Amino acid sequence: MPTPLVVSEVFKSFTMHLRDGITLPVVSGVSFSVKKGECVVLGGPSGVGKSSILKMLYGNYAVDSGQILIEHQGHLVDLAHAAPRAVMEVRRDTLGYVSQFLRAVPRVSALDVVAEPLLARGVAQAEARERASDLLAKLNLPRELWQLPPATFSGGEQQRVNIARGFITDHAILLLDEPTASLDAVNRRVVVGMIAAKKAEGVALLGIFHDEEVRDAVADRILDVSAFSPRKAAA
Amino acid sequence: MTDTPLLKVNDVSKFYGSRIGCRNVSFELWPGEVLAIVGESGSGKTTLLSCLSTRLMPSSGIVEYHMRDGQYRDLARMGEAERRFLMRTDWGFVHQNPADGLRMTVSAGANVGERLMAVGDRHYGNIRATAADWLARVEIDEDRIDDQPRAFSGGMRQRLQIARNLVTSPRLVFMDEPTGGLDVSVQARLLDLVRGLVHDLGLSAIIVTHDLAVARLLSHRMMVMKDGLVIEQGLTDRVLDDPREPYTQLLVSSILQV
Repeated sequence: MPTPLVVSEVFKSFTMHLRDGITLPVVSGVSFSVKKGECVVLGGPSGVGKSSILKMLYGNYAVDSGQILIEHQGHLVDLAHAAPRAVMEVRRDTLGYVSQFLRAVPRVSALDVVAEPLLARGVAQAEARERASDLLAKLNLPRELWQLPPATFSGGEQQRVNIARGFITDHAILLLDEPTASLDAVNRRVVVGMIAAKKAEGVALLGIFHDEEVRDAVADRILDVSAFSPRKAAA
Repeated sequence: MTDTPLLKVNDVSKFYGSRIGCRNVSFELWPGEVLAIVGESGSGKTTLLSCLSTRLMPSSGIVEYHMRDGQYRDLARMGEAERRFLMRTDWGFVHQNPADGLRMTVSAGANVGERLMAVGDRHYGNIRATAADWLARVEIDEDRIDDQPRAFSGGMRQRLQIARNLVTSPRLVFMDEPTGGLDVSVQARLLDLVRGLVHDLGLSAIIVTHDLAVARLLSHRMMVMKDGLVIEQGLTDRVLDDPREPYTQLLVSSILQV
């Protein structure tokens, strides 16, 4: 059985040209893999590079060296070196991401924000909206908000829109950046249930969860990112 | 996803005398892809757009377009009539100032209908019905169909210009600062509209803008220009979240947070 996500010897630093070109090392020698149906949680203190790892895996951050191998439609794509349109294709069909904050688009309703990833994959609008409605209902987002753009929603409401958008597709790999940070206990449990369902479907999940209760409920394995911290290596 | 680029740009340069407009630009644009060209005034982005859209002849380099018959054609070697036909049918060009892209003294309906007539439509009823449909798609009330764009607000004029360009189902649309002269609320409406249309019609687009938020919202891929050169390019998210070049870092760090 192929492994959907393999990260091998990834190095990342930032060069701050506006600050006299100083180089900030972020992570070095990151190597791990995530199997089907497994939920790996990135652990370690703030600032150790957990979010940076997720952003590299999604293609938002470039990597200095190393490989990020994603199983995409029967072949391997190295996301660290893929062309922009290959990254777009992998994001559309294979790799999902629930970011910490929603990037709201003016005038687009919550329902359409959630339905959009399905539309991008050619699902008919009526069906996409129906599935979006199901998810928003499951996440207890008040029905009167569905037709409104999420820009004015509370943090927890925006986060639920974001979660619904990330979970609506059947992507084989899902990256989760603190998806439960601003949720109440009831909705945290809903999300825990949704993660368990993804695992049962064989989705590979990689996430950051600061909430211990959620972490203990979903994690198969905790990967301590401090092991990849260049600062520690230097000390 | 198809495996042939719509536009192939190879080593395009444009000099104005000894001054550089743009230099050694190469890239490929794929069907359904939206490319943003960003950079400050004078960086060469509008010169590049003009060279790509045959409004200017490059000093050197080749721009090839994948025609509907499946052949690549070198745009510089095309006859004037053929090039104009391409511009009127398979391409669109949205100017920053709508007055440059519209005929201000004929009706809104005729502005849209004119492009249809250019592709051979002759049935008045059909042309008017299609024009009305397109006005609705760009959120202009149908009862304004006989008004001249002179009587429209800036935002309406810009939406009309977009309708005029898209009515012939072009495959490639060039946009030069499409939201440039509009106030913010009008901008948001236009951006949302353009975003929806690009998605629904599967358009390819090249958008010149100095507004990084516009680039983030509309484009998949981004090229940053400075002094006529493309200094950085890549996935839009990557360029904005992890800018590598000193100038791109300056651009990104200069955005005001609201």
